Amino acid sequence: MYKLLLSWRYLRTRYIALASIVSVTLGVATMIVVNSVMHGFTTEMRNRIHGILSDVVFESRTIDGFRDAEWHMDRISQIAGNEIAAMTPTVVVPAMLNFQVGEQWITKPVQLIGIDPETQGQVSDFGHYLQHPVNRRQLSFELRERGYDTYDHQAGPNSRPRKQMAFAGMGYRRRMAESRRFLAAMTASPGQNLPPQPGAGEDASIPPADPFAGVNLADPFSHKEAEDGAAADSGYEQHTGLVMGIALGSFPQQIGKKKDGTPEYEDVFLVLPGDDVKLTFPTAGMPPQAVSGVFTIVDFYESKMSEYDSSFVFMPIRKLQQMRGMIDPTTQVAMVNSIQIKLKPGVDGSALRDRLQAEFHPELYVVSTWQDKQSALLAAVQMETAILNILLFLIIAVAGFGILAIFFMIVVEKTRDIGILKSLGASGWGVMGIFLSYGLALGLLGSGVGMGLGLWLVAKINWIADVLGRITGRPVFDPEIYYFYKIPAIVDPFTVTWIVCGAVAIAVLASVLPAIRAARMHPVEALRYE
Amino acid sequence: MSDRLSPCEPDSAGRPMDSPLHFSPDAPAGPLLGGGADREGGLDQRRRAGTGPSEADSDGSATARAALLGEEAGGEAGGHLRGDPPAQLSAVDLKKNYQKGPVVIPVLRGVSLSVREGEMLAIVGKSGSGKSTLLHLLATLDVPDAGEIYFDGQRVDHLAGLERDALRNGYLGMIFQFYHLLPELTTLENVLMPLMIGENVWGYVRRRRQLRQTAAGLLEMVGLGHRLRHRPRELSGGEMQRAAIARALVGNPRILLADEPTGNLDFASGREILELLHRLNAERKLTIVMVTHDPSIAEQADRTIRLVEGQLEPGAGPARL
Repeated sequence: MYKLLLSWRYLRTRYIALASIVSVTLGVATMIVVNSVMHGFTTEMRNRIHGILSDVVFESRTIDGFRDAEWHMDRISQIAGNEIAAMTPTVVVPAMLNFQVGEQWITKPVQLIGIDPETQGQVSDFGHYLQHPVNRRQLSFELRERGYDTYDHQAGPNSRPRKQMAFAGMGYRRRMAESRRFLAAMTASPGQNLPPQPGAGEDASIPPADPFAGVNLADPFSHKEAEDGAAADSGYEQHTGLVMGIALGSFPQQIGKKKDGTPEYEDVFLVLPGDDVKLTFPTAGMPPQAVSGVFTIVDFYESKMSEYDSSFVFMPIRKLQQMRGMIDPTTQVAMVNSIQIKLKPGVDGSALRDRLQAEFHPELYVVSTWQDKQSALLAAVQMETAILNILLFLIIAVAGFGILAIFFMIVVEKTRDIGILKSLGASGWGVMGIFLSYGLALGLLGSGVGMGLGLWLVAKINWIADVLGRITGRPVFDPEIYYFYKIPAIVDPFTVTWIVCGAVAIAVLASVLPAIRAARMHPVEALRYE
Repeated sequence: MSDRLSPCEPDSAGRPMDSPLHFSPDAPAGPLLGGGADREGGLDQRRRAGTGPSEADSDGSATARAALLGEEAGGEAGGHLRGDPPAQLSAVDLKKNYQKGPVVIPVLRGVSLSVREGEMLAIVGKSGSGKSTLLHLLATLDVPDAGEIYFDGQRVDHLAGLERDALRNGYLGMIFQFYHLLPELTTLENVLMPLMIGENVWGYVRRRRQLRQTAAGLLEMVGLGHRLRHRPRELSGGEMQRAAIARALVGNPRILLADEPTGNLDFASGREILELLHRLNAERKLTIVMVTHDPSIAEQADRTIRLVEGQLEPGAGPARL
């Protein structure tokens, strides 16, 4: 009893010891914040990756793929039919994307994915990442008249403005065709270097701060028309539609500063839904021939994973199969090179992968889960979290040495009290118990306050990042870099428990040596101590 | 005298019989008696208040010792030193050296003494004569280099640490020149400290009210009933010493060991303290062993022994009765 009473009194009267546990408090708070943010990032990232990829991907090792997707899908259904919610065949080929901005042609390497617009939405969150509200419900490769989002619908109306998107759609395409035709008529007459007067009517509706949009709209160089004018009726009708990764044709541009000094951005688009692009990709067969075609952008794909947003281009699978020569002319059986599988909730993807892989020859087919597909990224984040945890725990361990030193001091200061207690019959164990429970109390207090502080910081993390950004004039969390609009933080109670227990254990361990010293003190010498 | 506590005589070679008296570390501190209560009654009460194991322990050891002592222990009281009134605390040829670097300084060079129950013994001597060391040895706070100490006939100087702790907690009370109150605790908590040490947490929580009453009653008795919630630094020297006496008494000890109890007090306060000690000695038949360097204080004791350079001065009266 006296142990508890004395350690409680020491706790309330020795402020220097409270100072020694500040580092424990800060360490615990930091660990909780870091773990929560890392956990938030990981979860967000996994959700995104999982949303983009289907649960299990069944692929051919070749880009020419395998014949008869239906047969393969039946076979997969036979193996694991009751665990599979949906399947869709896709064709994935590397391709080259070209589009014209002003006079120059921009070329980008892309991953061209032929999808079935009917079933693609069933295997992943594909639709969720599109820019037209109707497309989000059901994708169509037909260009919509208008109505594309003028802001990032995933981040809300306060995100970066996308003013140009207001013009996108079929109407924009018709106006562009009009102006091109008008210009062609103008260039036929003298005065080639005249400013693009006829485009003025449309220019008025374009934000003047945006030079590219103007150039784009008033694009006077109708190479397109020269090359494929016949096919698309001078640009009034659309070509085959495609959905393009948003980062392929846009970039954020600083348009000024907000009141608090942080830079303000808006998204600038080099191309809009309604514009035409060229795609070049290899045909099936040996040796592959390059085949190219003109397509019309019908929507943008924005998953917030920059890797995907800057490389994915989606087009109808049937058209891709045709152009690549993947359809047997006699049987009309097409080839695909991957099947996306969506599992029913609660099904273990790895187990299913192993079962499928056992059935399909690994030299021809690769079966992988979405985690396998991004294992390097996920492992890197995991590694980062682990290293950060080790480092931060070392900080708490260092704090343990501070506690050790201060406890030694307190034991020396309390020498006479220890002598008194022993003269009253307290045993060495009892005296040790005083300092151990003191250490425990300090540890509990320090990590308790640390936990409170940490949880508060996590709850206010975005506000704190804003304030810090305002003070330093430089955003702490730049959404341009991370593709998240808020710092995602998720508190894992299990992790918090471990952190707190670890910190308390360190405080108790640090008090063991001073406690032993106190227990071993000779009562007579302790009583004489002045 | 209960047979449980009857002494056993050291044999002729000075080797004592092994101590069967077991000072269990768990032995509970007893509730306080009213003023002038009978010592035996107090002990019985203490034993009655004991918890299971320690009670069984003391009974068991009593039986074992009875067997050991044979006929001698069969009587109402065991052997007395020199046959006269029972010696409650005795020391035989105590020697203690202190090591200072390579030099060995002898502090006690063979001191023998015996204290009767209910006696008030003063040990006087100049500073450095070893009187405090002698008191610490008697209190089992330190271990002699040679010689033996008997408490109620049981050898106690070679007991294990936990048993000596229990002995100090349950049977001995100590007061010091500098009071040695714990500065973090209130007066009442300081007085409660020996009871808290003697009880485990649950025992204390269960008997909290009773124990607090005991401690408060003692503080009332020493005239500090109005100072229960004060910290030691808010008390005067005399008040602190009275609180220390209350603390020493709260465990209902058999012997009070006082180390210069008035050494740090002005004359008036010192006299009050001495009066209190005399009252305790007279009313409660409390054995008091007091170390002092002041001959006028020593005169008031029943008996005085004088230490000179670690030995008893022959002319100071008989060391043993």
